[in-house]
Amino acid sequence: MMIKRILAPLAVVAATGLAGQALAAGEGGHVTDVDFSFEGPFGTYDSMQLQRGFQVFHQVCASCHGLKYLAFRSLGDSTGPAFPDDQVKAIAALYEVADTGPEALPGDTRPGLPSDKFPANTAAGAPDLSLMAKARAGFHGPYGLGINQFLKGTGGAEYIYSLLTGYTGEEHEAAGSILYGNEVFPGGKISMAQPLWGDDVEYTVHGGGDHEGEEGYHGADYTPPEATIEQEAKDVAAFLMWVAEPKLTERKEAGLRNLIWLVILSVLLYFTNKKVWASVKGDH
Amino acid sequence: MSHAETDSDHTRRDFLYVATAAAGAVTVGAMVWPLIDQMNPSADVLALASIEVDVGSIEPGTEIKVMWRGKPVFIRRRTEEEIEAARAVALSDLPDQNAENANKPGADAADQNRTLDAAGEWLVMVGVCTHLGCVPLGDGSGEFNGWFCPCHGSHYDIAGRIRKGPAPRNLEVPQAAFLDDTTIRLG
Amino acid sequence: MSGIPQDHYEPKSGFEKWVHSRLPVIALAADFLKFPTPKNLNWMWIWGVVLTVFLMVQIVTGITLVMHYIPSTDAAFASVEHIMRDVNGGWLLRYMHANGASFFFIAVYAHIFRGLYYGSYKEPREITWIIGILIYLAMMATAFMGYVLPWGQMSFWGATVITNLFSAVPLIGDDIVVWLWGGFSVDEPTLTRFFSLHYLLPFVILGLTVVHIWAFHTTGNNNPTGVPVRTNDVATVKKDTVPFHPFYTIKDIYALALFLILFVVFVFFMPNYMGHPDNYIEANPLVTPAHIVPEWYFLPFYAILRAITEDVWLMQIMPFTAKLGGVIAMFGSILVMALAPWLDTSRVRSGRYRPQFKWWFWLLVVDFLLLMWCGSQAPTDTIASISLLGTAYWFGYFLVILPVLGITEKPLPQPKTIEEAFEAEHPKPEAGGKAAATPAE
Repeated sequence: MMIKRILAPLAVVAATGLAGQALAAGEGGHVTDVDFSFEGPFGTYDSMQLQRGFQVFHQVCASCHGLKYLAFRSLGDSTGPAFPDDQVKAIAALYEVADTGPEALPGDTRPGLPSDKFPANTAAGAPDLSLMAKARAGFHGPYGLGINQFLKGTGGAEYIYSLLTGYTGEEHEAAGSILYGNEVFPGGKISMAQPLWGDDVEYTVHGGGDHEGEEGYHGADYTPPEATIEQEAKDVAAFLMWVAEPKLTERKEAGLRNLIWLVILSVLLYFTNKKVWASVKGDH
Repeated sequence: MSHAETDSDHTRRDFLYVATAAAGAVTVGAMVWPLIDQMNPSADVLALASIEVDVGSIEPGTEIKVMWRGKPVFIRRRTEEEIEAARAVALSDLPDQNAENANKPGADAADQNRTLDAAGEWLVMVGVCTHLGCVPLGDGSGEFNGWFCPCHGSHYDIAGRIRKGPAPRNLEVPQAAFLDDTTIRLG
Repeated sequence: MSGIPQDHYEPKSGFEKWVHSRLPVIALAADFLKFPTPKNLNWMWIWGVVLTVFLMVQIVTGITLVMHYIPSTDAAFASVEHIMRDVNGGWLLRYMHANGASFFFIAVYAHIFRGLYYGSYKEPREITWIIGILIYLAMMATAFMGYVLPWGQMSFWGATVITNLFSAVPLIGDDIVVWLWGGFSVDEPTLTRFFSLHYLLPFVILGLTVVHIWAFHTTGNNNPTGVPVRTNDVATVKKDTVPFHPFYTIKDIYALALFLILFVVFVFFMPNYMGHPDNYIEANPLVTPAHIVPEWYFLPFYAILRAITEDVWLMQIMPFTAKLGGVIAMFGSILVMALAPWLDTSRVRSGRYRPQFKWWFWLLVVDFLLLMWCGSQAPTDTIASISLLGTAYWFGYFLVILPVLGITEKPLPQPKTIEEAFEAEHPKPEAGGKAAATPAE
């Protein structure tokens, strides 16, 4: 009886919530479910993976794509890539950002500072990647019920991984431009040429001088994995997930605290409610 | 049913009520905190709370103006003559005896306590008149060849100390330090 | 003010008397808290308090978000990202506000279907019901305009599609749409006026909520038996009721805590589950998303809107287009719900004592969920047919089943009083059995 009373309101809610889940965007081919470190209620980002992913972004993606909502300083976040401060500064200086100082002319640029954001990159007409991992869904259905997303997550990072490893090698000419065959991209043809082939970057990671002793810290003896196409795609997908949702770790930690607290509060309220009603219901 | 049992029953009930009420109060408090905290400076604002300024290209006898925390900051590299002139002033001639230097709290207004380096070459000040917040004119202006606020006629000397006019205090020296020979960090 | 006799507040101390003779605000609050509430309310009577709390959560988080949000087509999207990345706890406030809207609707649907099952809309609570429908409409308008503010792709295209509905109005439709937009497409003027109204409407909802509560405090709450509280005198009232505080304050707060657990799971662990990935792409008037869907809580009505196509036979004989037909059906589906007090002819209030009604009611719930699912699907012929079927049942329930069933159905015997029903559920222990019932104490 008690269980039923507790569950009854929850069941109503769950039914409504589940049935209401809308079909998500971007119908495409099969998306591989990757076991990322940031999944699940206790999941956190692997800072070494994010550093590797940044390297892939920096050396490959950044030539066409921007990250206009991400500030360089965030690269030093201890729950993110956790680059040491001098590295953050050095990375920022590699990018030219718009100079908006009092004496600057329109169009002037200067090397970036940690307080700046990554520049937008519209040169090739490629989309900005700041929110890409949240703007795509890897999993759908079944039957538009949203159960897969409930179980596996939205799958934005998985979509990116699958797309990067989903090139078929075919080329199609359409209206004067070349489209490349891709199993995952909706429609099967994408205007981005295959960006990753394996060994595109030489992985080097920075132990994170400011974060020594913290979880996920790796010293000089850390050996990065081999830069296969799968590894690179996974790393950059994880990096882009962090870029899209940098507060994920803080969020889940706060969530756990809130959840535990609310359960305690509910237990107290359960007994208080029982006591208060005892005189009326006569079941002392 | 004995008296003792009734009492313990009561105590238990009271404890439950108190515990529940306390837990409820904590919950409400915890929900209120983010609403208050969101008004504190955000991460992008804090990121600009401390900036680095390249002073390598400033010649002696010139100054630059940079924006820091929404206010102009004067960075002047003084000449030997200017340093001498500033150090020659007797403390008793100063309306404000305090250095007003965030790096040396409580120090007196001697020129040595106003500058960033011991030699007295580098003077860094928030360029806001302590009277009503105007930006003083620099480059040796005013009766004391330092800064002059055109709004109500406050005259500052070459160490940025108030000498004449309605301003009550010396120009404020912000938190600043040399990172290396040519870089000053503000804040 | 109240039609239910109750013990009234009497000022005791000198200070209380001083205040009371100038502004009887303590009396108002005390009488409100001690309002005689049927003692047999079940767990479906928690939603009113849950809704009130969620209205507060939405208002408070909304006000804080406004401190950082910029209502401009150039800056809106970026300002939301600023909230998510840089503002202290900004991600929490935004996720609470976004998911809070969903949970607000979960609660309101539970509340509405509670009312439909237990006949809470029936005489004498018609005005409570109508005010409730007005609150629901204001909620939908608020939620719709709020969804436009982040200025993502779904914001923009949702706003375009929904505002275009008004173009179906004969003769002046196009003028209405231009007036709504403040231009010739959804743009800056649309965003700024939606922002203004999104800020205003919650306070309208708050005002309507006060009237809603005032109305049912005048008639007294309904209860699972539908049997009214006996109002002869205070002593009789006390047999059927308990004071709202502490009995229902504690019960409702307990239920609220359980509901908040679910809320926390969504806000902290799957905050984007009920949102749409396309809304993380900044609005682009040149590119329409492959599949435009409204937020889940609009889906049943969106399905009704799309159910009316040119193929529907009714449209062949009607003097207007399918587009207008769809709009009329959508608004009509809420109108028939508002008319339920007069469409339901049954003399029995609670569905508990209506054996046939129960089945039709649960079919309506299933119909609602089915329509919700249809609204989420790509508009194929099959989906349109299912939606039409669902729409037909929705209207049939209110326009045919409720009036006819009230006459044909033979209801079960009802308890004479709330007291009787309550004691059947919670038998009073025999005299002397009290000690035996608590041997451990």
